Amino acid sequence: MRVALFLTCVNDTLYPDTGRAVVRLLSRLGVDVDFPMGQTCCGQPHYNTGHRRQAEPLARRFADVFAGYDAVVTPSGSCGAMVRELYPRMGRRAEEEGRGSSLALAVAEVVPRTYELTEFLVDVLGVTDVGAFYPHRVTYHPTCHGLRALGLGERPRRLLRAVRGLELVELPGAEECCGFGGTFAVRNPDVSAAMGRDKVDAAVSTGAAVLCAADNSCLMHLGGLIRRSGADVRPLHIAEILASTEGDPLT
Amino acid sequence: MTGTHLGMPAFPEAAREAVGNSTLRANLRHATRTIREKRALAVTELDDWAALREAGKQIKDHTLRHLDTYLLQLEEAVTAAGGTVHWAQDAAEANRIVTDLVRATGETEVVKVKSMATQEIGLNEHLAAEGITAYETDLAELIVQLADDRPSHILVPAIHRNRGEIRDIFRERMGDWGRPAPEGLSDIPAELAEAARLHLREKFLRAKVGVSGANFMVAETGTLVVVESEGNGRMCLTLPETLISVVGIEKVVPTWQDLEVFLQTLPRSSTAERMNPYTSMWTGTTDGDGPRDFHLVLLDNGRTAVLADEVGRQALRCIRCSACLNVCPVYERAGGHAYGSVYPGPIGAILTPQLRGTASEVDASLPYASTLCGACYDVCPVAIDIPEVLVHLREQVADQGGHRVEKAVLGAAAWAFDHPAVLATAQRAASLTRALHPSRLPGPGRAWTDSRDLPQLPDKPFRDWWKRHHEGKEDAQ
Amino acid sequence: MSSRRQMLDRIRRALDGGAGPGGASPAAAVSRAYAHEHGDRTPAETTDLLVETLEQYKAAVHRAAPGKVPHVVARLVAEAGSGRVVVPTGLPEHVLGLVGCEVEHERPGLTAGDLDTCGSVITSCALAIAETGTIVLDAGPGQGSRKLTLVPDHHICIVRAEQIVGSVPQALARLSPARPLTWISGPSASSDIELNRVEGVHGPRRLDVVVVDRG
Repeated sequence: MRVALFLTCVNDTLYPDTGRAVVRLLSRLGVDVDFPMGQTCCGQPHYNTGHRRQAEPLARRFADVFAGYDAVVTPSGSCGAMVRELYPRMGRRAEEEGRGSSLALAVAEVVPRTYELTEFLVDVLGVTDVGAFYPHRVTYHPTCHGLRALGLGERPRRLLRAVRGLELVELPGAEECCGFGGTFAVRNPDVSAAMGRDKVDAAVSTGAAVLCAADNSCLMHLGGLIRRSGADVRPLHIAEILASTEGDPLT
Repeated sequence: MTGTHLGMPAFPEAAREAVGNSTLRANLRHATRTIREKRALAVTELDDWAALREAGKQIKDHTLRHLDTYLLQLEEAVTAAGGTVHWAQDAAEANRIVTDLVRATGETEVVKVKSMATQEIGLNEHLAAEGITAYETDLAELIVQLADDRPSHILVPAIHRNRGEIRDIFRERMGDWGRPAPEGLSDIPAELAEAARLHLREKFLRAKVGVSGANFMVAETGTLVVVESEGNGRMCLTLPETLISVVGIEKVVPTWQDLEVFLQTLPRSSTAERMNPYTSMWTGTTDGDGPRDFHLVLLDNGRTAVLADEVGRQALRCIRCSACLNVCPVYERAGGHAYGSVYPGPIGAILTPQLRGTASEVDASLPYASTLCGACYDVCPVAIDIPEVLVHLREQVADQGGHRVEKAVLGAAAWAFDHPAVLATAQRAASLTRALHPSRLPGPGRAWTDSRDLPQLPDKPFRDWWKRHHEGKEDAQ
Repeated sequence: MSSRRQMLDRIRRALDGGAGPGGASPAAAVSRAYAHEHGDRTPAETTDLLVETLEQYKAAVHRAAPGKVPHVVARLVAEAGSGRVVVPTGLPEHVLGLVGCEVEHERPGLTAGDLDTCGSVITSCALAIAETGTIVLDAGPGQGSRKLTLVPDHHICIVRAEQIVGSVPQALARLSPARPLTWISGPSASSDIELNRVEGVHGPRRLDVVVVDRG
């Protein structure tokens, strides 16, 4: 199976460790991973701020760059939801606006083959025990687009529960948004930070050493609050936990 | 809508104040969390919830597609049953119609059932200017009226007040409006409810004119439906001689049978009850029972403009249950007043800018008052995709030239993202200079760094690592 | 042009000719895949469910054999301490046979002020809904006008077992929209203080439901 990693622009620029973890994890599971260098951004920042037309070339680029792979895997629920839920909607809107069906047709080919990482592991590879080892107390925050748009459900928790040494503790109010919301974080900084602080407090209350999620953009916001406040919990992408083994542990 | 909220600060500024008000935060947190869990239980009890939700959505969509037909059918049925139907294009016309109808009775006071439509048009203020006193009789509306406050929630307009504040308002203000609060009134909710009962009873018993809205109007039968809890609705709908109902045109449903859907979904979504304590249904007038005169004022006030927007029109499906407010993390922290409208919360953020337009600062800021987390869509009993409409309205704000800096930045980013070599160069430049990055940014960046540290940049982007470790593999550039 | 005309025109323009007077058929447009009733119950189980749901919303429920209804009614009036009760026309007289205080029959001209001095009101109902704990009055015989069951502070409602339906859809199918309807689910209540339900605001604060078993 030829699998393309769609890392996302945020991870490429700010969180290369997550990218390396995905490559290590998938390779360990026997997947032939490629990173097409033509990939950039899915266009979500543009789409969500009301600049849909600016997002269209990025959707076309996505369809071009990832054409021909058996699957496209992304370690981001949010960008995954952009492709799966909003690309088809963008295509429909373009048609309704009388601009033809070329966008809809272009994305239609790649959308059903695009998976969020935990979804790919559980549904496509059919594994929940990925052979990971991570001897820490961890709490999991289901980020909104993974939870509601993609319906990831219990998949991430099932993967975490199978990690040797890992103690998974339930996060109070887990399904409540962390307050990031892309540009919401800077347009409405006070509400955003208040929501984030409540999320960090909830994580700290569990006594977990690690606050884990499947979206680094949310973790960037929570991590920024954690560092500023000195809270005793580490934000970490789920891929890095799943990539960690006894022979090659995450430090 | 009326000018009541003109000159309001934009959402972020109003929300900042609310976030800093610890009493308000605690009141909202307590109330919304209480109802959130109860609603989830009430909904889980029905294993056909998804089918009810879908039917509700379809009934409303179908009605909107044939709104002219159903309004005419409704008019005919109401008229045949002894009622009189009036059509009001905007708030001013509706207010004028109601004022003239009250004048014709010779009365100078009216009792009111809680109604979003009459709040939207500012009816009380208009009547006051015409020398007519409107008494709000819903407990929460009474609290708001006595305190000279503004509503902050669709269902529970005084949600921002806790029991201690309500006791103080009753003690201080009831006497100015009629029967004063009982001596030694405590903050026990049952005692507060009793105080409201005593205060309002004399008004109910002497009232000659009642003013209401309606939750539903049935086109085929001409029946109006008011769903309530306290009995103040029943008082206003049955004791006066004249009843005037001001109802938005989107409240019509085609058939009597359609009520079976909404009478199951509305109570569970709003107060988390299997059924609310009282529901009144009336068709025109009945000899010897209830008002002798019934007037229905059908209100447009921007609704036809919403109807014209293919994406935005789904907001007209709203049955005003408030589930989206109660589940919204932004509403919980910003409070209802920050939305600058009688319609706060997620539904307000899509309804207000459509009804009023996005010319004012507060209205233009509303589509952005959301993280797009989607919790509102999940709980909506008529499946309004609020995030979809929010983004759609953001397009309108962006198209009208709003947020020029953001547009320029995103435009540049879109260009770079379409040129991976440029992107890679920018990434590398950022990484190389990372030692020089300040921890707190000036200008617009402060919005991030006032409360959060910036992420630490890695020494190089992932793509550089990949290239080095996968030599020989094709480079898509 | 009249406002009516203008509003209708605006609606038609908004719908871009996509709708119009023809073609409005809700039967075809709406999928009613929801349940007609939740669960499968015998009539006895439906009655039990009504009792349970009524009690959950703080109505007091009293089950009685047909012959015992006058005793139960008399006891409830006495317990409430009512000096005067009001009853609608059409309520079977024998029900009131044992009531120990003054009984006033509804008549034209009875005002809300008169009712405010009555301790209790005794009525029958049109039907009751088990799933939601609701009794519905439709101003038929033994039910009176709407104000009758609103102003007094104590309402005794007599429900015959055969009047109980399971669900909201079943109730609507049996009711006539031409009659003024009042759906009552427990005593008056409010959630307006901190979104917590408190019983007792403007309607009767005490609701006694007498469920009469099948004869």
